[in-house]
Formats: sequence, structure tokens, C-alpha cells
Amino acid sequence: MSPTIHNFIQLDLAPLLAATLAAMTCGLLGNFLVLRKLSLMGDAISHSVLPGLVLAFLITATRNPFAMLIGAAAAGIVTVVLVEVVKKLGRVEPGAAMGVIFSVLFALGVLLIEQAARNVDLDADCVLYGQLEALSFAWFPAADWSVLLSWEGLAGENGLPRQVWTLAIMLVVAGAFSAVFFKELRIAAFDPALATTQGFHAGFLYILLMLLVAAATVASFEAVGSILVIAMLICPAASARLLTDRLRSQMWVSLLIAAACGVGGYFAATRLPPLLGHDAVNIAGAVTVVAGLAVGFAALLGPRHGIIARFIAHRALARGVAIDDLLAALYRLHEAGRESAAPRELAPVVHASHLNQAIAAATGRGLIRAEDGRVMLTDHGLMRAADLIRRHRLWETYLVDQAGFAPDHVHDTAERLEHLGVDPEPSDATVDPHGREIPRGGPRGG
Amino acid sequence: MDAAFLKLPLLAQHGSLAREESLPTLSEAARVLTLQAGFNTTIVILGATLLGIAAGLIGVFSLLRKRALMADALSHATLPGIAAAFLAASALGTEGRSLPVLLLGAAVTGVLGVLTVQWIVRYTRLKEDAAIGIVLSVYFGVGVVLLSIVQSSSGGNQGGLNTFIYGQTAAMLPSDVALIGAIAGIAILAAALLTKEFALVAFNDAFAKVSGWPVTVVDLLMMALVVLVTIAGLQAVGLILVVAMLIIPPVAARFWTERLWLLLVLAAVFGGLSGYLGASASALFPRRPAGAVIVLTSGAIFAVSLLLAPTRGVIAASLRRGRLRLRIAADHLLEAAYERDTSDPRPSLTATEIDSVAHLRAWPFWYRPIVLAGLRWRKQAIRDGGDYRLTPRGVADGARISRNHRLWEQYLITHADVAPSHVDWSVDLVEHVLPEEIIAQLEEQLDRPGAAERASPRGVPSL
Repeated sequence: MSPTIHNFIQLDLAPLLAATLAAMTCGLLGNFLVLRKLSLMGDAISHSVLPGLVLAFLITATRNPFAMLIGAAAAGIVTVVLVEVVKKLGRVEPGAAMGVIFSVLFALGVLLIEQAARNVDLDADCVLYGQLEALSFAWFPAADWSVLLSWEGLAGENGLPRQVWTLAIMLVVAGAFSAVFFKELRIAAFDPALATTQGFHAGFLYILLMLLVAAATVASFEAVGSILVIAMLICPAASARLLTDRLRSQMWVSLLIAAACGVGGYFAATRLPPLLGHDAVNIAGAVTVVAGLAVGFAALLGPRHGIIARFIAHRALARGVAIDDLLAALYRLHEAGRESAAPRELAPVVHASHLNQAIAAATGRGLIRAEDGRVMLTDHGLMRAADLIRRHRLWETYLVDQAGFAPDHVHDTAERLEHLGVDPEPSDATVDPHGREIPRGGPRGG
Repeated sequence: MDAAFLKLPLLAQHGSLAREESLPTLSEAARVLTLQAGFNTTIVILGATLLGIAAGLIGVFSLLRKRALMADALSHATLPGIAAAFLAASALGTEGRSLPVLLLGAAVTGVLGVLTVQWIVRYTRLKEDAAIGIVLSVYFGVGVVLLSIVQSSSGGNQGGLNTFIYGQTAAMLPSDVALIGAIAGIAILAAALLTKEFALVAFNDAFAKVSGWPVTVVDLLMMALVVLVTIAGLQAVGLILVVAMLIIPPVAARFWTERLWLLLVLAAVFGGLSGYLGASASALFPRRPAGAVIVLTSGAIFAVSLLLAPTRGVIAASLRRGRLRLRIAADHLLEAAYERDTSDPRPSLTATEIDSVAHLRAWPFWYRPIVLAGLRWRKQAIRDGGDYRLTPRGVADGARISRNHRLWEQYLITHADVAPSHVDWSVDLVEHVLPEEIIAQLEEQLDRPGAAERASPRGVPSL
């Protein structure tokens, strides 16, 4: 048994597990909050469970986790109900209603703590003071991997700290809830009205979800503190939403990201600063920072919705459009009897910043060729251009004949539609609304 | 949120102050409330009042612009700025805990947070609520990490930075209050000068844009004022609760009025009152965190407004609805009595008939005596032995209701293509609230040729 492993199990395993389990529990539930635009409800609840916790503590005068859970769940329900009351009866917009309720409840909690702190000892290992660092010395097993395999080592007198067990149970409950009600939650997330017509009450599911969020908040409070709760309710689900398009995969991805945030944040907080000659930093804060980085990476690198992917797709589209515009302009000159054009004549049609690129790309594809500084269509390019112009004029005809546009208003719309590669319904017209001939057939039609 | 930090300001600081708190005497309370309790107390109360007024005014515009919770992201995002400014100032060898330096740092990261929210909304598929949640938690997390660095590098002394999380007026120096007061004063002045521009942009930004107003500039100014008020409130109220000063007074004021100038005045009054009472209470009970007291004061004002405001208040609205329901119930009785025999000049209303209407309309048990008393009070019916008998006025009202019903049925059949067998029910909902002009229009249509065939399934009685 190397001392490294010994130290790891004694010092790191419990807080690492707590951070990871809390992140995964909140991350899983967060999927439904983010989809239903309830992210801030999670924020509001995690603020307003405070008075519930303190009241439970004041009434029972113990840190009995069950009493805490009841207090927090009650506070969660009170928050949801009050927000609804203020929204419906007071006709206040949702954001402001949440702001009013959670700040008042939180202020109440702060005052109650003042009250409680005078009479009873709300100290460091108190439920309210979630501190992962405190778990470091909470587990003194036989300092061997084998403790992880024995029931006595895990759950016995000197087993894993209670907070870790609470979080593990919460994760199982949240997982079971998501699995059992997956279908209902999915419908309710995307179409609450449909959910209600399908015979189950979307409002009931909403309350159930909020109860679980409140419970997860409390379970996590104990160990990891509440910044982490809010960050984990929102960040993993939001990152997963940027990476996937299906709810099922979004949920798995969010679980993975949450776990990675927990583990990554833990090691970033405890291992990185010592390398720089510093003390370890706050673990919950570091996990949150990692979660923020996850959102940032997902926003940048997402395969379909990522900013880079969209930028590339946008550039490709812009280049395609520029080539199309170039071909169409040359075709119109061709109609007017001119076989070639100087690049600067094309500047009004193709934006100057794209012109040279477009000419180069079109030349590379064999659509145009350049001679003596002038450009002209190749046979292949002529066919492509004719196809484009045909589609443009067919759309103009369609817009005038079928959609009731005025002939002098159709050009811009047709200019956009021609790039989509979709023809309007066939028509017998041979000339467009401006009296110009519509070229026959596409490149394949001859 | 942020409960991890509760212990620090509450126990580490107050816990060591073993002074047992006793209730202040009335004369002490009077001295504080009339600003005669010493220079420091007075200046703190004045600062908090000014801050409340400024936050109330600015909050009105962010409420109208539907950006209430943006301030929440903003205020949480100030924490890393505060900690970073402290670290930077300490590294440069100057006094880290200088308020202007800390507030500058707060403003920088606060604005950065708002920009991040807007960036997320603009460039990703995430909605604003998720963006606000991400920014407030991640920036706050960065702040917590930086605070732990502050703590370890300055030997366990967090330099009193915790006061920014929960707020503590007791820790404020007169110079701090002067700075906060100046910031609040600037915000009040700007709000007063730019009311028209802000109102225009808040109510209809598209119209403002086509009218040639620089909407982006006005928006930025509005945001700048929110930033100013937020950082001014940090030390007094704390960054978690400062958002409440921007939200609650305007929302409470909104219950009392539909006019913008009155809304601004009321929000300023409510905000100022919360600041004044909160800071006074905190001066009388030194262990009470001022931020929480200020927020709870404005919360109480909000609760009173929600319940008692004359038109939008919950009590007034439910009374109004209840009265309307009772009047409609009485209408149903008159209609039933009139329609039983339209030729009867004084139709009676027997107990069994009242029972059947009550059953059909599912009246609660307590409706019946109130409805009947109402009929007598409005002189629509008189008691006749055990039964009731309509007066001429009651007959006329019954005829009017019955006629409205038929007219509206006719309208639905001829104009809205509702099947004749389905109109009765939908008409029932609207017959009581038909305005005069619509009745006149319907009557005119009734007189046109061909109207008779298309008319109500039961014919339209004439008056």
C-alpha cells in the first residue's frame, strides 16, 4: 500500500465523491429546468430554502437531515406557490415575481440565522455551511482499496461520511425520477398543454420536479455549498443542450459533464495551486469555474450549434452565394451579348470583400476562366448559371402569379430563394414578370 | 445560495461581539428615526435612504424593460472584481480595502457579466434565464476561488470582503457613505433628466428606433445606471440582496398606478422608505444585517400593495370579481322569470324555480340569500309570501338580458359560423357584459331583410 493511495483515500476520496455526486444530481435535474426555461426557478429555490432549513433547525434544535429535508421541501413549495400567486394574482412578470419572492425569503433566512446563532450553535459542520474541505478528514478507513469493497468500510461506524451517502441516495432518486417519468417530463418540457391533454397533470409534474430540486439543493448544501448547486443545476444541462439535439442524449451528456466538472474541479482546486506554490483554493468555487469553462467550450466547439461550427457553415454559405451571384451576373452579361467582363464590373453584384475569393473559387471549380484580366463563363459554368437564372425567374413568376406580389417587388425575394436549390411548382411560363426569357431545363435536363 | 459564507460574517464577526442585545428604548428609537443619534448613524441612514430612492427609480425602467433579473447576474458578477481588485491593490502595495478601488473592480466584472449574458443569448441557443443563471453562478464561483486566495495570502484575513456578500452598514465609514451617496445622487439626477428617453425605449423600443432615437445608447445608459446603483448598494445591502432594491419597490409601486410619473414617485418613496427604516433598524439592533432588514421592509410594502392596492390589488380584484359573479347570478334569475312567460306583466319567482336556477348554475350555498337580497335592494323584485315577484324594473332588466342573449346568438350564427346548437353556452358567458354600441349594431342587423331566417334559434324578443 503506497502512502499516496493511502492519502488519497483518506483525504480526497470523500470530498471528491461528494462534489461529483452533488454535481451529477443537480446536473440531471437541471436538464428539465433549462428546457422549461425554469433555470432561475432553480436559482430562486436554492436561495429560498434557507429560511426553511433554519426554521427546521430552530424547531427541532438538531441537525436531523430528515427535518432539514422537510423544512427545505416546504420552503421550496412555498417559493413555487408564492411566485405563482404573485405572477397570476398580481400580474407581475415572471422574472420580477421570482426576484421579489426569493430575495424576501433569503433575507428572512439571513435574519433567522442571526436569531438562531444567538441561541444555538450553528457551526462549521452545520448543514448550512457546506464545505467540501471539511470532509477531508471525515473518513478514516483502513486506508486500503479494500475498504471500498466492504460494507463495513463504506457504511459502518467509520464509513463514508453521511453527506456522501445522502448525495448518493439523492442521485439514485433523481435518476429514478428521470427514468420513470422520462416520457411525461419530455412532453411537459416541450409542450405542457399537450401533456395536460394526454391525461396527466403537467402542473403536478412541475411541483414534483421542484420538490426534487429543493431536496437536491438541501442534500448538496450539506456538503458542497450552494454556489455549486446553482452552477450545477444550470451549467451541465446548458452545455449538453449546446452539444446535442435529443433529450435522452442531452441527459447522458449532462451527467458526464457534471461528473467531469466534479472531478476536474476537485483536482484543479487541490492539486493545481500547490504546483504554483499556493494553498489549495475553495473546491466548490473551482468546480463552478470548471462548469463555466464547460459551457464556454460547448458554446465554441459544439458540432452543430457551436459558434465555430456555425461560423464555418456561415462562411461556406456566403462563399456559395458569392459564386452564385458571380455566375448570375456573368449570365446576364452573356444575355446582353457580352462574353467577358472585367472583375470591377462585377463589384456591384458581388461584395468587393468576397469578389476575388469568389473568382478564384469559381475558376478552381471550372465554372469561369480568366483571360487578359477579364473573366468569362466556361460551358460548365454557363449551364450552372442558366440553372440559377431559370430558378430565379421561375420564383419571380411564382411570386407574382401565385403569391400576389407586385412585379417590381419580387427581385430581392427571388434573389434569396434562388440559392436554396429548390424550384417552385412547375409553370408553363417562358418569360418572367419583367419579360425576360426563362432559360429551359437544368444542367441535367439539357 | 452562498450559504457557505453565512458563518463568516455572522459568527466570526458578530459571535465574538458577546454583547447581549437588549431592546432599544422608545427614546433611542425616536432619536435614530429623527436622525439625532450621532453623526455616523445619521449619515448611514441618509446614505441608505438615498440609495433606496435611486434604486427605486432605476428599477422602474429595468422592470418595464423586462430586465429585472439582469441585475441579479450583474450583482453576483461583482464578487470576482472585488476580490481581484483587493489582490491587485495589495500586490501593488497599496491599501487593498479602499472602497473606490474595490467598487471599480466590482463595476468592471459586473459589466463583464452583463455582456456575457448578452453574448450567450445572442450567439448560442440558450435562453436568457439559463444565461443569467450561468453567469451569476460561474462569476460568483470565480469570486469564491479568488476570496480563498485572498484568505490564504493575507493570513486568514479576508480584509472584510465578506461584508460585500451580506452587506453591513456598521462597517461603513463616513467617506464610504459619502461616495455611495454621490453615486446614488448621480443616478437620481440622470433618471430625472432622461425619464422621457428611458420611458420611450422601455415601452416601445421599435417605435423609438424608427423615430430616430439612439436606442442602443439609451439602453447602455440605463444599464450603466443599474451598474452604478448596484455597486453603490454592495456594501450596504450585500451583493445577494441588492437586486431586491431594484426589483421590489417598482413592482410594489406598479400595483398602485398606471401612470409613469406616479410609478416613479411611488417606487422612489417605497425604496427610500425601505432604506430609511432598514438602516434605522440596523442602527438600533446592531446584530441585524441591514441588507436583510431593508429587503424585508420593502417586502412588507410589497405584500401590502399586493393585497390592498385599489384596482390591481388582490382583495380589490377578487371583490370586483365576486360582485360581478353575484350580479350575473341575479341576471340569471331575472332572465329565467322573464322567459317563463314573456306576456306575464309581473312574473313570479317561486322557491322551486330559484332552486333549479341555483342547481343549473352550480351556485355555492351562500349565493342564494345574497343574490335575493341584491334583487330586493336594486328593486328588481319584491317578496311575495314565500316567493318573489318581479317589479316592472325587474321585468325590464330580464327582457334586456334575454334580448342580449338572443342578439349575441344571432351574431355568432351569422358571423362567427357557430352551429345553432352550440351558441347557447358561449352566449351565456358574454351576454352580461355586452356594451351598448355592440347591442345597437346587432339590433341594426336584426332589422335588415333576411335577418329573421338567420336569427337566433328561439327568436329575438322585442323590448
